Amino acid sequence: MLPHMSYSQSQRLQSHSSEQNMTQENKQSCFHCGLPIPSGSAYCVNINGNDEPMCCAGCEAVARAIVENGLTDFYQYRSEKTDQARVLVPDELRELELYDRADLQKGFVRETGEHTREASLILEGIVCAACIWLNEQHVKALPGVEDFQVNYSTHRARVIWDNDVINLSQILEAIQAIGYQAHPFDVGRQEQVFKQEKSLAMRRLAVAGLGMMQVMMLAVALYAGAYEGMSDQLKSFLRWVSLLLTTPVVLYSARPFFERAWKDLKRRQAGMDVPVALAIGGAFLASAWATIRGVGDVYFDSVNMFTFFLLTGRYLEMAARHRAGQAAEELVKLLPATATRLEDNEQVRVSVAELTAADRVLIKPGETVPADGVVLEGSSLVDESLLTGESLPLPRKPGDALVGGTVNADSPLVMQVNKVGEDTVLSAIVRLLDRAQTEKPSLARLADKVAGWFVLVLLLLAGLVALWWWQHSPQEAFRVTLSILVVTCPCALSLATPATLSTATGALTRLGVLTTRGHALESLAKVTRLIFDKTGTLTEGRLQLSGVQIPDADASAGRDELISMAAALERSSEHPVAMAFLQAVEGRSVSAAQIKSVPGEGIEGLIEGRIVRLGNPDFVATLVASPVPEVTLDQQQTIVFLGVENTWLGIFSLADKLRVGATDTISSLHALGIQTELLSGDQPGVVETMARQAGISVYQASCSPQDKLQRIQALQARGEIVGMVGDGVNDAPVLAAAQISIAMGSGTQLAQASADMVLLSEQLPHLVIAARVARKTRQVIQQNLAWAVLYNLLALPLAAMGLIAPWMAAIGMSLSSLIVVVNALRLRKLPGAAG
Amino acid sequence: MDILYLLIPLSLLVMGIAIAVFFWAIKSGQYEDLEGPAHRILMDDDDPRIPGNRDKIKPQSGDDS
Repeated sequence: MLPHMSYSQSQRLQSHSSEQNMTQENKQSCFHCGLPIPSGSAYCVNINGNDEPMCCAGCEAVARAIVENGLTDFYQYRSEKTDQARVLVPDELRELELYDRADLQKGFVRETGEHTREASLILEGIVCAACIWLNEQHVKALPGVEDFQVNYSTHRARVIWDNDVINLSQILEAIQAIGYQAHPFDVGRQEQVFKQEKSLAMRRLAVAGLGMMQVMMLAVALYAGAYEGMSDQLKSFLRWVSLLLTTPVVLYSARPFFERAWKDLKRRQAGMDVPVALAIGGAFLASAWATIRGVGDVYFDSVNMFTFFLLTGRYLEMAARHRAGQAAEELVKLLPATATRLEDNEQVRVSVAELTAADRVLIKPGETVPADGVVLEGSSLVDESLLTGESLPLPRKPGDALVGGTVNADSPLVMQVNKVGEDTVLSAIVRLLDRAQTEKPSLARLADKVAGWFVLVLLLLAGLVALWWWQHSPQEAFRVTLSILVVTCPCALSLATPATLSTATGALTRLGVLTTRGHALESLAKVTRLIFDKTGTLTEGRLQLSGVQIPDADASAGRDELISMAAALERSSEHPVAMAFLQAVEGRSVSAAQIKSVPGEGIEGLIEGRIVRLGNPDFVATLVASPVPEVTLDQQQTIVFLGVENTWLGIFSLADKLRVGATDTISSLHALGIQTELLSGDQPGVVETMARQAGISVYQASCSPQDKLQRIQALQARGEIVGMVGDGVNDAPVLAAAQISIAMGSGTQLAQASADMVLLSEQLPHLVIAARVARKTRQVIQQNLAWAVLYNLLALPLAAMGLIAPWMAAIGMSLSSLIVVVNALRLRKLPGAAG
Repeated sequence: MDILYLLIPLSLLVMGIAIAVFFWAIKSGQYEDLEGPAHRILMDDDDPRIPGNRDKIKPQSGDDS
């Protein structure tokens, strides 16, 4: 580890992003993943007759596997660059074999035949449709795999295989060979429920839709017959057919309305299902009675239309709800499938489900902690980035608590399990997430409340009108009351918000801006001040070489050579500083031997027979044995020294860079009337430079999370609606305190899970688009609500006066709902970021 | 107009079939992924270099994949 790096910097820098190749166009980029190629590397694969360069052994292996299987079309069809591939170490392969154990398979494998098994997999690394094609072709070609299908929307796969021919681990391995990660998962109870709910809703919709089409046709015939003259026999026949068609619609499709209305009545509440159920039930019974007796009017057409349109609205709402629910399921897979239990000092590999409190578990370096517990033996560094966003591993010694889902980074630990399954911190988070996702935005809640009152008033009014008509013209009373119930159905009112929100979130998701909370769009529309985190949010979060100083003018080594030497020393390092050097190499590459790294100081190695050191001044000075030269580079940046015995070779400055479009984003936000602010834990000089470059006038450096929290609370006390844009949750309270939190796509998984929105695209200008969409969404919701109320105010008196026939009422109600939905659909077209 | 007494029951029958087919389609999972097939059709799966297709042309055992 090199000096001059703040902790937060070094953690953020580790996340690489694929847009790197855009900013580094002068350099060659990896054909597979698009990352720049460190010079001197000779990885290359022949694809469609061209030797394509690769950045690492991982990408090379994957590309070769793709070519060998004749799947090179993948490279033509893909629309995004793939993630960088890794070479699997033998340990990981052995880990996969555990999935073949029958006791472990119990959780996620279903036996479908004598030898055939079926399992569901979550696929990681899928970026576009070509990835799915590649996976399907590759896996289906395996002998013994009977079926393999990837769901494009959920990135989940279903595999059916013959257990006598192939093992599950071999399938998983094959998927890893082409650069994707597959995790078997237990198709959760929730997912089963979703699936059933969806197919039931679709069947109801189908019956109602087909029923409506037929009955409407017959209704046209009946209306036309009433003018043109139709034999009573034919009229009666058409009515009977209508009754026959409408019966399943009422009994099957409209059943949820009756059920919910009954529930509402039992709780003495007036939900909007009560008048719906009354209208459908009443109209159907009256029409059926009229058909059987052969006198009076029939309203089958109204019944069908009403049911179908209401069901459509409910279906759209359900689809939006399901999408949100899936995000929570993804979190569950963070826990490993197996753990090493110590039984009388013997190591036994067991499935995590078998662990109980008081078990002793061995966690090897690199393994995930399987449950919550306490360290018994050993001390190590544990990466808790998943939970806290603090990516720098934290020391853990006997007696310290361990949280399930965190990763042991350093040396073996023995832990005592004290909480498993539902009681763990991770499950609690998943539950929290579930709850957050079912939260309705307050506008929707308001609409529900209004609808409740509205319904009550409506029922009273309908009752009064019915009474009046009963006394004055009894034969008209039923028709008029029915019209009132149908025409004033509050469905437009309750459709207004969900239809609009689901359209807007759908459009934003396509752009790469994920909305994870119901209230997100609403809060974003009202936001008055956006607070940015610096590293990784406003900046790319990657160090880049910004300056080279050669202290000894007589030194034989030139700029390029110095960089090559530094890169050679850092070749095997994963540290962000190393990445900066590896990317900067332009001259010939040199190689270093006997590389030793001294944590916190620097790195040493043998280059062309000389010992070379790279690191902080003290570390290098002990080798050079002369005073540290004066640094003329910008002192605010990360400074690294390079030296050999007796000579200071060079001084490098490394700095982070603003993201593409950051400046435009800030000015566009200002144009929208949103204030911006930069709060960073970094040194004042760096923060000032970045803020000035980005065009942010309000900034504060050296902030602790506490300072940030206080700042946000002070702003909120002034009545501001504060939004926070960050890339991790290393300051979880800050994100929680902000009315809306937005996480960057490269942030930790948990940061994304707990944020209200996730900027998956990592493009700052998309923030502006999101803000515009949010405002437009709010407008559309208000228009919709206004329209629904206006419509009802107009229609109610007309219906009460008996001027509206039930069929007109049904059309009117449907039209008003349709207008609401169409108005919402306008949001599908996204506004631009500029202007 | 007497033909209506035949045609309307016939239309009911057709509708019954339509509903049955639709129910079957839902049950067999055709509505679970509404996006994938649109992309899938653009990809060539009949490339002879794909091992699975090679098998179809000349059956062989012990594939190299």
